[in-house]
Amino acid sequence: MKRIVHALVAAVWFMVLCSPIMGLQIQPDKSVVFLWKRLAALGVGIFFASLLWQWYFSSQRASVSLRMPAAVTSAIGLFKQKKTRRAGLGILLVFMLLIPFLPVIGSIYQISILISALIYVMLALGLNIVVGLAGQLVLGYAAFYAIGAYTYALLTTYFGFGFWICLPIGGVMTILFGLALGFPVLRLRGDYLAIVTLGFGEIVRLMLLNWVSITGGSHGISNIPKPGLFGIDMDIQQATVYLYYLCVAAVIVAIVIISRLKNSRVGLALQALREDEIASEAMGINLTRVKLAAFALSSAWAGFAGVFFAAKTSFVNPASFTFMESAMMLSMVVLGGMGSITGVTLGALILILVPEYLRAFADYRMLLFGLVMVLMMIFRPQGLITGERRKYHVTALDGKGEAA
Amino acid sequence: MDFQYFIELFFGGLTRGSIYALIALGYTLVYGIIGLINFAHGEIYMIGAFTALLVAGLLGYLGFPAGGILIVAALAAIVWTSAYGYTMEKIAYKPLRNAPRLSPLISAIGMSTFLQNYVLLAQTPDFVPFPMLLPDIDWLLEKFNYVLGPSDFFILVVSFITMICLMLWIRYTRMGKAMRATAQNRTMAMLLGIDANHIISVTFIVGSALAALGGVLIASHMGQINFGIGFLAGMKAFTAAVLGGIGSVPGAVLGGLTLGLAESFTTGYVAGNYEDVLAFCLLILILIFRPDGILGKHQVQKV
Repeated sequence: MKRIVHALVAAVWFMVLCSPIMGLQIQPDKSVVFLWKRLAALGVGIFFASLLWQWYFSSQRASVSLRMPAAVTSAIGLFKQKKTRRAGLGILLVFMLLIPFLPVIGSIYQISILISALIYVMLALGLNIVVGLAGQLVLGYAAFYAIGAYTYALLTTYFGFGFWICLPIGGVMTILFGLALGFPVLRLRGDYLAIVTLGFGEIVRLMLLNWVSITGGSHGISNIPKPGLFGIDMDIQQATVYLYYLCVAAVIVAIVIISRLKNSRVGLALQALREDEIASEAMGINLTRVKLAAFALSSAWAGFAGVFFAAKTSFVNPASFTFMESAMMLSMVVLGGMGSITGVTLGALILILVPEYLRAFADYRMLLFGLVMVLMMIFRPQGLITGERRKYHVTALDGKGEAA
Repeated sequence: MDFQYFIELFFGGLTRGSIYALIALGYTLVYGIIGLINFAHGEIYMIGAFTALLVAGLLGYLGFPAGGILIVAALAAIVWTSAYGYTMEKIAYKPLRNAPRLSPLISAIGMSTFLQNYVLLAQTPDFVPFPMLLPDIDWLLEKFNYVLGPSDFFILVVSFITMICLMLWIRYTRMGKAMRATAQNRTMAMLLGIDANHIISVTFIVGSALAALGGVLIASHMGQINFGIGFLAGMKAFTAAVLGGIGSVPGAVLGGLTLGLAESFTTGYVAGNYEDVLAFCLLILILIFRPDGILGKHQVQKV
């Protein structure tokens, strides 16, 4: 009963709170429209949300994080076994490669959606290195994405360079920028680092916007060619399918490299850095080198993704690289689970594909991204899939350690 | 480079700077108390401007006398925006009080995205004209040779009075004292019987009210608003807060005025397009070379 009263109070509070912005609208002729229905719907929604909220915090779960349904947990458990994982990945891979041949989802529109989903997977995986593994909050990741995209766009318009030359150049450029950003921010941590990277992202965007003579300002650069294949002429359909395969390949390469990286010396150092900077320094980890490595490794993927993006849309302008874009990439990492490769991949796919296919959500996507970030931090800060730590089990006392 | 032009730029910068200072105070107060960069503060300011616009529109529609509209709309904006600030703290930050340092920051970024899109969806993605609410005070301006527009004059007067009131409030009232104590050491303040949760709520309310006031003033100065104005204003105000030394109230005012003047002179004498770039460059340079700002205290890293 007390909870219902509480929920009612919350509902009324929110209805009053939102009454000007949700309930009023000024028409061009200066007349005012009242939108009572919207407010009523909001009140009902808040009532139930409040009940849920109270239930969650009262049932002493505040210290324990939200548990997933048993089916999901067991599915993840199954996935963790090597055999099923391999089989599952194999099936997934075959499916991914077959997609262009399936008439239902193989239309050029669907494939280009999948390409952008794959590009975001790449971005999320890259951002995961610096945010998830190294624990350095970077809010300007879209800048690296932009640098990759503009590298390809500029080199191809001014010098006629092809996709395959630009891909590594894009990577190198972003690594250079990553290092350029990494050096000065070495001393910063936490929130200040986040703000500086955000400032960096905005500076890059504003430079692209204002340097009209080279970047074309807000009009951007158009007519960027798609990647070629030994000079074979391809129509737009074939070129898109080809680009799709390239993206699948790039994502596979990214996943392999990043999962190898995770358990390498550098990767473990990154994770130590995330846990405690001072302690890891005391353990002999060279903070300078490790942080720069994190920035370089992470930004390279954004560069590659940027080149792919420019090739996909054949048009770039600064509006594609706003702070919202960085926030979206961050919410993918947060939703999926910081540090977990499977999680981050899943997070990116969910956040791109769900709004794309549930058209009703399309308008609300950024609203939901914001909400996802807040709610995940409160209820499940480790994300959908918890990042796996490497564990060592001592099986017998004969000193044989087994890595799992 | 005549003197008149210089004076115009100077007052333009001062006007801008005092708005930055009003918003920066919100950042600095919250940071001082809970050590969080309240990323959504810029959005709070935007909501303040929108609430004022809608209430003014409603009052105008109902045929309210023009003189009263400004005051009622501004008060409504302040009340509602404070309520937003309060609610936001309860939902997005309070449950994360003891979480790792990055969690509330990510939550704040989420909140900022959420609020921006909330206004975008509930209202409109376009720029909307903001009614001219400020009274005409030409007789006064004639004396100043029109270097100051009526809105500039108003902004300067109102924001300076507000800032002085705030400083007196923090300095001399019980609540202000409790706030300062909580900022210094929350645990100790709680041991001495200060309700820290209450203080934190009050901080958010005061910060939001200041931002709302800034929103109303700047919106009537600029003449149009949209859902995205909060981001840039928020970033610049944050720059101002850091410039002055985050956590320090006089620092925020000083930082705001410095940033406003720097921007105004850059636009006037160097290049118009790059004023935003200047703010961000300034932000990065301060954070790297003097993260404690002009008036901030140096913080020792503890293990």
